[in-house]
Amino acid sequence: MSDTTLQETRIVSQKFRIPNSYTLETALEHGAYSTLTTALFRPASDITTAIKESGLRGKGGGGALAGEKWLLMPTDDSRPSYLVVNCDESEPGTFKDRQIISKDPHLLIEGMILTSYAIGANEAYIYIRGEYQGFEKILQDAIDEAYSSGFLGKGLANTDFDLDITIHRGAGAYICGEKSALLESLEGKRGHPRLKPKNKEPEWYFGNPTLVNNVETIATVPYIVQNGALAYSKYGTSQSAGTLLFAMSGHIKNAGVYEVAFGTPMLEYINHFGGGIRGDKKLKAVIPGGSSTPVLTADEVANATLDYETLRSLGSSLGTGGMIVMDEDTNMVEALKNLLEFYHHESCGQCTPCREGTGWSDRIVAKILRKEATSQDIDKLLGIADIMNGKTICVFAPAVSGVIVSFISKFREEFELKE
Amino acid sequence: MSFSFNDINITKIENLKKRYPSPKALTLPLLWMVQEQEGFISLEAMEEIAKYTTRPAMEIYKTATFYTMFNLAPVGEHHIQLCKTLSCALCGKDDILAYIKETLDIEVGETTKDGKFTLTQVECLGSCGTAPMMQINQTNHESLSIEKIEKILEELQ
Ligand SMILES: Cc1cc2nc3c(=O)[nH]c(=O)nc-3n(C[C@H](O)[C@H](O)[C@H](O)COP(=O)(O)O)c2cc1C
Ligand code: SF4
Ligand code: FES
Repeated sequence: MSDTTLQETRIVSQKFRIPNSYTLETALEHGAYSTLTTALFRPASDITTAIKESGLRGKGGGGALAGEKWLLMPTDDSRPSYLVVNCDESEPGTFKDRQIISKDPHLLIEGMILTSYAIGANEAYIYIRGEYQGFEKILQDAIDEAYSSGFLGKGLANTDFDLDITIHRGAGAYICGEKSALLESLEGKRGHPRLKPKNKEPEWYFGNPTLVNNVETIATVPYIVQNGALAYSKYGTSQSAGTLLFAMSGHIKNAGVYEVAFGTPMLEYINHFGGGIRGDKKLKAVIPGGSSTPVLTADEVANATLDYETLRSLGSSLGTGGMIVMDEDTNMVEALKNLLEFYHHESCGQCTPCREGTGWSDRIVAKILRKEATSQDIDKLLGIADIMNGKTICVFAPAVSGVIVSFISKFREEFELKE
Repeated sequence: MSFSFNDINITKIENLKKRYPSPKALTLPLLWMVQEQEGFISLEAMEEIAKYTTRPAMEIYKTATFYTMFNLAPVGEHHIQLCKTLSCALCGKDDILAYIKETLDIEVGETTKDGKFTLTQVECLGSCGTAPMMQINQTNHESLSIEKIEKILEELQ
């Protein structure tokens, strides 16, 4: 298949290549905040309806339908509602949200205004990872500019809607990207995920109904409000509407972030935008959606398209769309060891299978690397993975389990290699 | 050793209070404020934060010890944090690490005798597309090569 037709579909990344697009002046020249004058004079439910009809799915890794989540927010509650934007971006292989906050922060702010209006929130937070202080500065400057030009604060944009946005800085804990851990952290506590409720309900911030969405999800809202649900859902596939800021890193010639419609063939994406494998080597494997998604072999990659349903049918997951590309010389045991060190370090420690399982599996893989493992060790590793799957508070441990199983089942001979 | 916030920070805290439904939410912002003011977070500072947040000092301690970016002891003037996660590892992080260790004559987790450099390895910093990378204090240094590191370290010496 020729890849010359492959193109970016720039919805969120529309202004990325415009110089100084992070300044209010340039953003305004290119249409920033133009949705406010109409949308904020119409019923709030119009926005939620458009989001629901667009099929927009959360872009932070889980892929939940955004409209359905927004509808969980109460409309007649005496308690205040909150919007919290997730900019923790700590999933290895993922570096897309930083593009938005550094290249088009006003798009995020506009999306936050529309979303807050839709759910009836007058306070919104952006939870940003502590290591992003350089990007945080650009975002804070944009927020300050928006305040001084009347796009934030009381009666913003000459309406009677009020909104304050506060940046809240994390301090180095991967698990705080998980939405309930994030809210614990926002309440000043350790980032420990909360037990999931039985039925669908909003998140809670100090006992108040709260919506948590990823940066890119919220940055997609202005486009849908401006152009309508169909203008968004015409891109992508039936179950994966629209686009995503897919990313590539690892053994690739041109690593980077490119926005394409869901359904784009994975290999074409890698070859077209990434320029192929470094040193013109052969492709061995790709971790498709951030390090917590099961690895794919080169053969699987050749048949994969970038959408939720296809990656699920391959036993993996679309995740954050951050692909980690590995060439033929990659030692898969070392790669798994690297990831297990990460997970061992980042487990929040609440659940025994996760706390102990990450450390134990890391030690076994170290033994395999030192050529000291016995044939039972691989089975032991699979046994640990089994214990980690499904018996924990959050999906961290089951995800690690899936990663371990994928590496061993697809590259077993490397784990068995004795010399 | 006693601790108090400087006047600029006290004003900042007053403004920040209005942004949260409970003073407990000030915990992380104030821990950051202390670290920026003093370079690290002492037990005395945690007691001060406890007053502002209306929480027991033990709770502040519990929170502070959970997050890897909070320094509970002083670190070198330049804190080198080299990313060790997969994309950086695939792109040659080990060579960079070996070079830094040799040049500064320290191991991971150590500080140079003159107190200038501390070297730690950290997990993915969200710059996988420009791997290998490190952060020195708050500044990102991406797409690292030995030549690039050589220059960076020279400038900081
Ligand atoms: C271990 C773990 C880490 C996560 N990290 C992030 C993250 O860094 N950023 C993010 O937006 N979502 C992250 N998520 C997903 C969030 O829990 C949540 O689903 C998301 O923020 C909701 O927004 P969305 O529906 O717009 O994607 C993580 C989930 C888990 C289980
Ligand atoms: S699965 Fe792991 S990260 Fe999630 S709550 Fe349990 S211990 Fe914490
Ligand atoms: S792996 Fe090093 S920045 Fe992501």
